[in-house]
Amino acid sequence: MSDYILEMRGITKVFPGVKALENVNLKVRRGDIHAICGENGAGKSTLMKVLSGVYPYGTYDGEIYYEGKECRFTGIHDSEKLGIVIIHQELALVPMLSIAENMFLGNEQATGGMINWSVTRKRAHDLLRKVGLREDPDTLVTNIGTGKQQLVEIAKALAKDVKLLILDEPTASLSERDSQALLDLLLEFKTQGMTSIMISHKLNEIKRVADQITVIRDGQSIETMEREDVTEDRIVTSMVGRTLENRYPHRTPKIGETMFELKNWSVHHPIHPERQIIKNVNLTVRKGEVVGIAGLMGAGRTELAMSVFGRTYGVNITGEVFLHGKKADTSTVGKAVKAGLAYATEDRKVYGLNLIDHIKHNVTIANLPGVSSKAGVIDDMHELKVANEYRRKTNIRSSSVYQITGNLSGGNQQKVVLSKWLFADPDVLILDEPTRGIDVGAKYEIYTIINQLASDGKGIMIISSEMPELLGICDRIYVLNEGRIVGEMEAAEASQEKIMRAIVRGHAREEQLEAAS
Amino acid sequence: MTTETATPTVNAAKASARDAIKANVREYGLIIALIAIMIFFQIMTKGVLFYPVNLTNIVLQNSYIIVMALGMLLVIVAGHIDLSVGSVAGFIGGAAAVLMVDYGFNPFIAAVLCIALGAVIGGVQGYFVAYMKIPSFIVTLAGMLVFKGLLLWLLSGRSLGPFPVEFQMLSAGFIPDFIGPWTLVAPTLNANGGPTPGTGIVLHATTLLIGIIIVALMLFFALKSRRNRESHGYEAEPFGFFIVKNVVMAAIIMFLMYKFASYKGLPNVLIVMAILIAGFVFLTKRMTFGRRIYAMGGNIKAAALSGIMTERLTFYIFSIMGALAGLAGLIYAARLNQATPKAGLGMELDVIAAVFVGGASAMGGIGEVAGAVIGAFIMGVMNNGMGIMGINIDWQQVIKGLVLLGAVAFDLYNKKKA
Ligand SMILES: Nc1ncnc2c1ncn2[C@@H]1O[C@H](COP(=O)(O)OP(=O)(O)OP(=O)(O)O)[C@@H](O)[C@H]1O
Ligand SMILES: [Mg+2]
Repeated sequence: MSDYILEMRGITKVFPGVKALENVNLKVRRGDIHAICGENGAGKSTLMKVLSGVYPYGTYDGEIYYEGKECRFTGIHDSEKLGIVIIHQELALVPMLSIAENMFLGNEQATGGMINWSVTRKRAHDLLRKVGLREDPDTLVTNIGTGKQQLVEIAKALAKDVKLLILDEPTASLSERDSQALLDLLLEFKTQGMTSIMISHKLNEIKRVADQITVIRDGQSIETMEREDVTEDRIVTSMVGRTLENRYPHRTPKIGETMFELKNWSVHHPIHPERQIIKNVNLTVRKGEVVGIAGLMGAGRTELAMSVFGRTYGVNITGEVFLHGKKADTSTVGKAVKAGLAYATEDRKVYGLNLIDHIKHNVTIANLPGVSSKAGVIDDMHELKVANEYRRKTNIRSSSVYQITGNLSGGNQQKVVLSKWLFADPDVLILDEPTRGIDVGAKYEIYTIINQLASDGKGIMIISSEMPELLGICDRIYVLNEGRIVGEMEAAEASQEKIMRAIVRGHAREEQLEAAS
Repeated sequence: MTTETATPTVNAAKASARDAIKANVREYGLIIALIAIMIFFQIMTKGVLFYPVNLTNIVLQNSYIIVMALGMLLVIVAGHIDLSVGSVAGFIGGAAAVLMVDYGFNPFIAAVLCIALGAVIGGVQGYFVAYMKIPSFIVTLAGMLVFKGLLLWLLSGRSLGPFPVEFQMLSAGFIPDFIGPWTLVAPTLNANGGPTPGTGIVLHATTLLIGIIIVALMLFFALKSRRNRESHGYEAEPFGFFIVKNVVMAAIIMFLMYKFASYKGLPNVLIVMAILIAGFVFLTKRMTFGRRIYAMGGNIKAAALSGIMTERLTFYIFSIMGALAGLAGLIYAARLNQATPKAGLGMELDVIAAVFVGGASAMGGIGEVAGAVIGAFIMGVMNNGMGIMGINIDWQQVIKGLVLLGAVAFDLYNKKKA
């Protein structure tokens, strides 16, 4: 008989119009890493919010037993007292506070309301050491990358004496390398006896670290598998309810003339203009072609895309954009859209969606003229038809197009962003991490949409941190490193090793340049 | 591909009457609150509130607040605030007086100039907010001080009036009765052979006719949009509920029209207001311009990345607000028949309160024109009712403050529950 630290029985949680969880059971063994898998909107995050008291006792049905005792949490402070700490899907750090301040937020090292800074700093330092983050505790969170922020979140959890750590898609926005580091950290905590629950869409990661895997589908717990019995395909089958033959849909590329061209593009940092972020980039996208941009986190891929799209990033931008062989003005978003460019952002909450409005309004906002008369009067019925059409096309799971996007599951929010830009009907579509936080089934659908767009004669540029994804769907791949293109390869000849080698070579060259100057 | 059918969906469910009522209670909660408040004061004032002359008064007393609330709604939905509107309205009233009284300008030309001046003032403030990125709170706080001071300077501390008669008609006039009065019950004659005031029922026939036209149009459009929904295969609310709702609305409109008709008919300023309200409802609900304001207020970064010219939009919004403040200033001055150095003092607070009572969110992105108008009437009816009851101004302030807080708290509570 194993020793269970947690048991959730018959959990049912209803939102107005949506039954998010129905009679879900979950048993977690002490000292395990327990993975939870499921499609977007299956109810994974909701289950963890029930467990951590975000949804307090009384707002759901069912029972929670922790350490053999029934728990009725009224809020997260109750669960935290017992050592249950959740790190949410979206990071919850205050950007303008320091690492140390963030780590002890709400848990300040204080006596009588007076914060003891030396203790705070000392403890922060020790905890950061533990998670392998070598940063000054006084550094502002806004100045460190996402990967490091995730580590700060974990250090913050450790500061609360965590016994059961819940991580909701911790590696979704991390680079390959940062993800590995984080998983290693989890494994190390495990040897120290900590239990963790991890939600992830990255099956290879799950396979690597998880002892047990519970699959949730449509708000119901389907099964719990043991590490030994698991293959990626088995998880997928269980998640989507049928077998999935291929991860990447097949396409025979029909590539035409050059559609989009970037010449000598250089961009400087908006706050430190002396720093050059993009260095003399030249690239092309042809008609019907899917072009990938590979690179490590911080390589400047998003910055490159945003600087092209209406100069929404950077200063002192120089270089030229050509669309259909003609020089194009993309100096404002409006002009870029008019020229036929679209950019679907990687950060759906901050840059992608109006979270307090519903799906319908979010889908049409980038192309209102498409649903209104010349005089600017919106045709309500037409708009509704469009919204429903894209909801179906991208398979957004919601009660209707009138669901507020802030209440959608993370993956479904991503699909709304995608719908918005599909409806804008651009010639060249730049997709920034289009499948971040998206389940395998939906990924396949998004790849299918991308393929469809390509065969419709559009040019597609994809930024992704998942190299297998780039290798699976692109025709050609550029490698960007420290703002410079350091490699270009046909997908047929590309491999993860080749991309990594290009990055390492680029890095070495960059150091040489620096030493020379 | 994924199991669409297994997803818990509700949109397919047949809308029951109960659902429709539930959905509509939230939507019409404000109207119901307004009616409840009116009935309450009707009882407390022993029937005075619904006197035709008093209803007319309520409209006149609140007209300038409502006009400004329309613009303020846009400002607040866009995620800003405008503290200067009271001072700007006062200043424009002063400018109108100087033009018409001191310089003998034609009232119509002067009015147009004044509204344009208001738009320019709003535009300048909007420029600082939109392009210089100075928080609107600060820009308009400065504007409030500047125009309060400029009004004092303009009038050199004196009151200026009276206005030409044509101009007074803006606030004191009523629409002419083209069809002629309609005598239901002849008034008793007094010794001179003239009618005794307060006896008999003589109705302003044109007002009644306008009421009937409005009701007919309302029903026509309600039916048309219902047909439209159905023909596109979308669920409409149950027919019974639809009928009841529209009949009630029609009855309320006709009741009010009857009240106006039994006094002097519709006030001119009510016509101005009605046209503006209809225009702003259309603007916010149906026009791309309005939609963009909501998108910007909801998430300005996402809006900008969707190709919305957020700066220009902000600039336009403040210009519109300024023009409306100008118009409100004219209405107020015409009503007092003079420009005073204290005109507009504190008006911005009533305007902002009306918008928030009407359900707008201080965070931006949420709010409706109808809500703001009803919010203004809720505050206005309370002012009027408490005045009639003889409640002291000090307690009136306390009660209004509590109502503002209570209304917003209730709204948030409801939203949380939903
Ligand atoms: N506050 C809310 N109000 C209404 N519906 C909600 C709310 N929160 C979640 N839902 C719905 O509950 C369902 C489950 O959402 P949840 O966030 O748990 O999904 P998830 O499994 O974490 O998905 P993802 O992988 O995309 O993050 C979804 O259909 C979502 O739309
Ligand atoms: Mg989730």
